[in-house]
Amino acid sequence: MNRDYRFAAAATALLLGIYATGAVSAPKYGGILKMEHRGGIASASILEEATFSTVVPFMGIFNNLVMYKQDVAQNSMDSIVPDLATSWTWSPDRTKLTFELRKGVKWHDGVPFTAKDVECTFNLIMGKSQDKLRKNPRKSWYQNVNDVVTNGDYEVSFILKRPQPALIALLASGYSPIYPCHVSAAQMRTHPIGTGPFKFVEYKTNQSIKVVRNPDYWKKGRPYLDGIDYTIIHDVSTSVLAFVAGKYDMTFPTNLTIAEVKDLKKQDPQAVCKIEPDNVNTNLIINRDSPPFNNPDIRKAMALTLDRKAFVDILFEGQADIGGAMLPPPQGIWGLTPEILKTIPGYGPDVEKNRAEARKLMEKAGYGPNNRLKIKVSTRNLPVYRDPAVILIDQLKQIYIDGELDVVETAQWFPKIARKDYTVGLNLTGNAVDDPDQAFYENYACGSQRNYTGYCNKDLQKLFDQQSMETDKAKRQKLVWEIDKQLQEDMARPVIFHARQGTCWQPYVKGVTVMVNSTYNGYRYEDVWLDK
Amino acid sequence: MVTYFVRRLLLMLLTLFGISVIIFALLRIVPGNVVDILFDAAGFVDAADKAKIEADLGLDKPIPVQYAAWISGLAHGDLGYSYVSEKPALEEILPRIPITARLAGMALAFSILFGVPLGVLSAVKQNTALDYVLRLVSLSGLSMPAFWLGLLLLMAFVATTGMIPIYSQAPKSFWDSLLMYSVPAAAVGFRSSALIMRLTRSSMLEVLRQDYIRTARSKGASENSINYRHALRNAMLPVVTVIGIEAAFLIGGLIVTETVFNIPGIARFLVEAIRLRDYPIVQNLVMFIAVIVVAVNFAVDILYAALDPRIRYSN
Repeated sequence: MNRDYRFAAAATALLLGIYATGAVSAPKYGGILKMEHRGGIASASILEEATFSTVVPFMGIFNNLVMYKQDVAQNSMDSIVPDLATSWTWSPDRTKLTFELRKGVKWHDGVPFTAKDVECTFNLIMGKSQDKLRKNPRKSWYQNVNDVVTNGDYEVSFILKRPQPALIALLASGYSPIYPCHVSAAQMRTHPIGTGPFKFVEYKTNQSIKVVRNPDYWKKGRPYLDGIDYTIIHDVSTSVLAFVAGKYDMTFPTNLTIAEVKDLKKQDPQAVCKIEPDNVNTNLIINRDSPPFNNPDIRKAMALTLDRKAFVDILFEGQADIGGAMLPPPQGIWGLTPEILKTIPGYGPDVEKNRAEARKLMEKAGYGPNNRLKIKVSTRNLPVYRDPAVILIDQLKQIYIDGELDVVETAQWFPKIARKDYTVGLNLTGNAVDDPDQAFYENYACGSQRNYTGYCNKDLQKLFDQQSMETDKAKRQKLVWEIDKQLQEDMARPVIFHARQGTCWQPYVKGVTVMVNSTYNGYRYEDVWLDK
Repeated sequence: MVTYFVRRLLLMLLTLFGISVIIFALLRIVPGNVVDILFDAAGFVDAADKAKIEADLGLDKPIPVQYAAWISGLAHGDLGYSYVSEKPALEEILPRIPITARLAGMALAFSILFGVPLGVLSAVKQNTALDYVLRLVSLSGLSMPAFWLGLLLLMAFVATTGMIPIYSQAPKSFWDSLLMYSVPAAAVGFRSSALIMRLTRSSMLEVLRQDYIRTARSKGASENSINYRHALRNAMLPVVTVIGIEAAFLIGGLIVTETVFNIPGIARFLVEAIRLRDYPIVQNLVMFIAVIVVAVNFAVDILYAALDPRIRYSN
């Protein structure tokens, strides 16, 4: 009997303990989430923009066909769940992907959602419609899509030129919302209409964005919040102080540096902060058409002099990742393992040995202590670019290269590198989806607009297609490693490090998941609630 | 007087025309245009899309044609559309003017109310401990950048009161609203007040050494009467001129202060518009500021002429 009492008492205490820690507290409805926004919004149209400044506030306006499960931090094929599509099937030859669509869904203006809207959206992206997007940064994602066809109001198929299992990964991104047929692309830039959990209220330029709960949202019981108010704050110091003073419930996602997170935590120890990779890598771009950088030895020497650990230690207090083109594990799915990385020139731990080899290559090319190579290291006039560029210049000095920092105004950066008006530069490359199809075709394919160095390896391009068509994950992984290793060995765009950034929120904000391998896909916020 | 007035008016119009040409030309000379910025985040510039947007915005037309279209629109009250937000420029600019006007007005009031009395005090207590302290305050005011002072004030507020006096669209009370403007106004007005303080002090010291002050003193006038009735009035002439000039320069301080205090005024908006090469916003905003500065100068010229006949005769 005594034992029974003891057991009951222990069970009660355990339950009370769990309750007290909030582990079983039920989500509460209501409240406005106040968030800080870093600014930089050109328009409200996700399809036209290529920055998470737009995705964060506007992703909740929309639904995709499929999406990455919002409470799973690592985006993968396994975390893709239905959204406006209820299910999907591949044809036996894997060239047709068919979606069954949800019924009874309405756009925020009351018009019913049908398969036509999906067809319109992709025709808009593929440039096949009468209406045009002002900018179309994701057109290249769907180069393998031949056509999008409807079968009745609730079935739509993607007809592919060749098999591409990863297409579904692209469709799950925050960058792939479904737009309404009946609203023009121009209106979507200023007053977006979606089917999502939140309705657009207003965007005051450089000031604020307001979205409110969609009472007719098709997902019953969601969202929990009455709305989200975003206040644009350009100055990071002000935004940290404002958060500490309780003006905001949450900082702009993945926007704080390690030092800023430490500062914030020092002032507000209750704050919940996460520092995660955002799948943005910092890399060295070398104009391989411009002498003397058309000499592979010089390019190799520059890659060999990189002390990646020094970059990580100085800029991130040791909290960033070293890898290749793909985000390294464990957060990244496809990245090179430390064992493979060690075998690539310049990645070995003995920096001095690498540099000795680099100096020999430079001497072979005619340079030395008395004949130093003078170059300009171009980079964008933003701290996140400038700071590593300064370290790069210091490291290049070790191999007879004297770099001069050439700070380029933001407006000029991409036009300048696109017309190859640089010799050596430091650049940032963000990947919206942790999938090789997006990273390889966008950044390394022959003729791609974002292939700034002009690297073109026809044999490797065949491997791009091969991995893209591969359905067996293990086989695809091997191919991806092989490609990534080759890209680093060819010094296509030597990756220096993969950054990590911080996000903080007040403890009463619940249901926030910071994605660990992309910063573009986790802002639906329909599961977020306020425990106050 | 009428000839003088007409001449000044024509000069004002000519100045405004010159400013409009300079703004327009400078914006076109600066490398990069709004389309490059619009493509910025995408990481590439699609040549065909760029050409289409440039055509849509009229940027493919010859610069004189673009200028004529702008001036003609301006004359009809049509300020055009923001290239970025695609909203009417007037709709973007108008709500921000009262915010900046309020802030600038308070900053100017702060600099006068702080600078003039302390400058007088510093002069009449010359070479005392109080004078040294006030000179140190004025020197620090001139040395401290407004953004740094603003940030310090914000940190002090958060550390001591737990609240932050940054801009809020819906302040809870009159006091919240007053605090929201007065702290940034103090941050931006501190530099002007330091300048006014130093100028008032030196001007007062010069006047206090004049014969007529000695005469007043020998006739038994009280110190207050000498300082405020006889000396300050005459010492204020150069100070008033500087206050007028400082009012125009306040916009420079407001740019950073509006950023630090997150105030959606025209100063921060202008900088952002320049960065984005949002020509309609920049052109119209700069013209708006120019009109105000030129109009103030025009008023001052007329006032000078009314006060001092020598000016209009010499012209």
